[in-house]
Amino acid sequence: MKALRNYLNRIKPNFEPDGKLHAFRSVFDGFETFLYTPNSTSTSGVNIHDSLDSKRVMIIVVLALMPCLLFGMYNTGYQNWLAAGAASFPFWQIMAYGFLAVLPRIVVAYVVGLGIEFVVAQWRREEIQEGFLVTGILIPLICPIETPLWMLAVATAFSVIFVKEVFGGTGYNIFNVALVTRAVLFFGYPAQMSGDKVFVSTGSICGLGYDLPDAFSGATPLGQIASFSGGDLELLNLQGNVISTWDAFLGLIPGSFGETSTLAILIGAVILLATGIASWRIMLSVVAGGLLMGWIANVFATPTYPASFLSPADQLLFGGFAFAAVFMATDPVTAARTNAGKYFYGLLVGVMAIIIRTYNNGYPEGAMLAVLLANALAPLIDHCVVQLNVARRMRRLRQSAE
Amino acid sequence: MRRTVSLTKGLNLNLEGGLTSKESVGKACVGRVAVVPDDFPGFVPKLDVKEGDKVSIGSPLLHDKNDPSVRLVAPAAGVVEAVVRGARRKIERVVIAVEAAECQAETCEPFAGADADTVRRALAESGLWAMMRQRPFDVVPNSAVKPKAIMVTAMDTAPLALPLEESVSGKTAELKAGIEVLRTLCSGPIYIGVERGSSLPDFDGVEMVEFPRLHPAGNAGVQIANIDPVNKGEVVLTLDIVTLVRIGSLALTGKPDWTVEVAVTGSEVEHPQVVTAVAGAEMTALVGGNVKDDGRHHRVISGNVLTGVPVGEDGFLRYPYRQVTVIPEGDDADEFMGWASMSPSKMSVSPSFIGRFLRRKFSPDARLNGGRRAMIMSGEYDKVFPMDILPEYLVKAILAKDIDRMEALGIYEVAPEDFALAEYVDPSKLELQKIVREGLDYLRNEV
Repeated sequence: MKALRNYLNRIKPNFEPDGKLHAFRSVFDGFETFLYTPNSTSTSGVNIHDSLDSKRVMIIVVLALMPCLLFGMYNTGYQNWLAAGAASFPFWQIMAYGFLAVLPRIVVAYVVGLGIEFVVAQWRREEIQEGFLVTGILIPLICPIETPLWMLAVATAFSVIFVKEVFGGTGYNIFNVALVTRAVLFFGYPAQMSGDKVFVSTGSICGLGYDLPDAFSGATPLGQIASFSGGDLELLNLQGNVISTWDAFLGLIPGSFGETSTLAILIGAVILLATGIASWRIMLSVVAGGLLMGWIANVFATPTYPASFLSPADQLLFGGFAFAAVFMATDPVTAARTNAGKYFYGLLVGVMAIIIRTYNNGYPEGAMLAVLLANALAPLIDHCVVQLNVARRMRRLRQSAE
Repeated sequence: MRRTVSLTKGLNLNLEGGLTSKESVGKACVGRVAVVPDDFPGFVPKLDVKEGDKVSIGSPLLHDKNDPSVRLVAPAAGVVEAVVRGARRKIERVVIAVEAAECQAETCEPFAGADADTVRRALAESGLWAMMRQRPFDVVPNSAVKPKAIMVTAMDTAPLALPLEESVSGKTAELKAGIEVLRTLCSGPIYIGVERGSSLPDFDGVEMVEFPRLHPAGNAGVQIANIDPVNKGEVVLTLDIVTLVRIGSLALTGKPDWTVEVAVTGSEVEHPQVVTAVAGAEMTALVGGNVKDDGRHHRVISGNVLTGVPVGEDGFLRYPYRQVTVIPEGDDADEFMGWASMSPSKMSVSPSFIGRFLRRKFSPDARLNGGRRAMIMSGEYDKVFPMDILPEYLVKAILAKDIDRMEALGIYEVAPEDFALAEYVDPSKLELQKIVREGLDYLRNEV
């Protein structure tokens, strides 16, 4: 480690303002502070600081996403094998296939997003902020595996610039950057983001996997519900068998790359809650809101809205609901910031997600739109909570004046 | 039955280098003392002495430009060695070379039982008035102020601090006299905030309120906010019980008493101990020879680790602290990927660190442990902020210089020290105390 430190010290002068690589000062600084905790000590106020910093916060979130990523790899391969009618499911080949399928997406998201972060940090003469470490891994996880790479690049660039950087960078954005990326794709390229062709990887990669025929259909459970036209509602997997609740819980169903497995998401939730990084208030109330609205929809189930036949528990298992509850709604920057507001914000996300997916046949899934809507309303929710505090103070003032 | 306020928000830091005995080991041999006007916010210093002047205990050194009767006085007798000035000739400190420890003191007539004007003048001229603070703004109060209440804190919950009650035990007469003096200043209630189960006796005309020993419950501002919050247009005087004893003893005898028991603490102190010294004493007299010789850089803090001022070994004891803390500076450390650390010696409130679950003491250094960021995590300040105030929103209003918003969110109730714990836990490493101080100053100039 000493050698690395010495090497960094040796090349550091190149990145100083008059060094020949000064245009990369932010990048160097980013890597240096990543490798070695900066030695800067406090100059005002408290003389000691807590050991927690935003790097650790972000890395813990990335860690919590790992089960989803790994399961997503397996499921991507599994769905391909399944669609091809394979009889055996060799684990390592499936994992390798899934890895190769997702790798370019992760690389594209990070290269485009971090590239913009580096440029902006250098331009603003700021330190590189860690927010995109999380966003960059979220983007491939919430998009269909067949999303073309160039679309991913365009959408990532759009949302990093117009949703984050124009507001001032990490900590100032109003909307969740990863979700806006998905929204841009969803509204900009609807054909590539929905339907029955995009959620299953259809080609072989480096000799692994199967090339599926063009006539192949791989609709997600919620996609099947949205296009349901009478008869008995049965959700089928790629081989035409009925999807059991257990399959849905494990996540062996078609869907966006990382959000099919409720189990993997639960592991992530445990990591986030145990480390105190994510707000339990929000997670709890999103789930409560989802169950409540799912129950109401189920009580008033009608064939006009086939999703209303799903039980409240199934509502939580299918689609992106669980992922949104654990990883999207809990983004501290875009969520409500007051403790009381968090409950309301979470309920809103949960209720809206089910309302949209049930009562709007145009959108098979509502979690993304629900979180974005709640993001937009979070400042209003907080405003109400803050005003209550202000009103208490004003009442006290009036009482003391009397 | 005493009133009890239960506070659940707060944090007691478990630091190495705590006192083993609360008994003083003896008098420190103080060669120089200094008075630092910066320790008295709101006080605009005008010099009353020049270098080379002889001063005795209680001689005026400085007076407030806006309120000339309020003075800062010499805590020890000797010769004015230096008037140190900084940028734009700002007076940074007045240093006195102590000559005769038992020298003549400037005395005044004992004023116990005197009328309000006499009391106010005597307090202002004795230098004790400047030891009090007021809410709003956390500044030295105007000598003519009519407070709605007075809050005396008898507990110091800051990390490694010497309990305040120990310093005043057996001084009931002085306390009684002090309370009499406070009575003449204020027609409203007088509160004394004590620790739960305190042995301090009850006094006539004073409401004793018990608080749990959970920092920042010892801050006078936190106490008054939970008993009788300050509204716009109201003033509350705050002081600690040691100042109250000094006021009492001045009222009884006419003699100022500037001795102070100083807790010398911190992980880099060889023998944590209590030393008897005088206000403004030089650090060398307090910690000289008692700092570990381990080759590390040290940070010598006058005060506690949260609100104290790093003064270095050639600095002076600053007001209002009765404590010196020495910790490692940490600028000589090379920590590889510190953010990923699983080390149990890392101190944090976050459950992502193992140390959070261990019943052990920590010896943190002065590093920020991260880079300065925008506010990302939410609700972190609330956990250590036991007032009915939304600290995040107040800080944002201050940063935006939005006066109406600051007022609405309760800026009149806070002092920078109340934000110290929030600043400690903040993963974005924002300078909250500095922000709040600047906000208070800005507001005071504007309204």
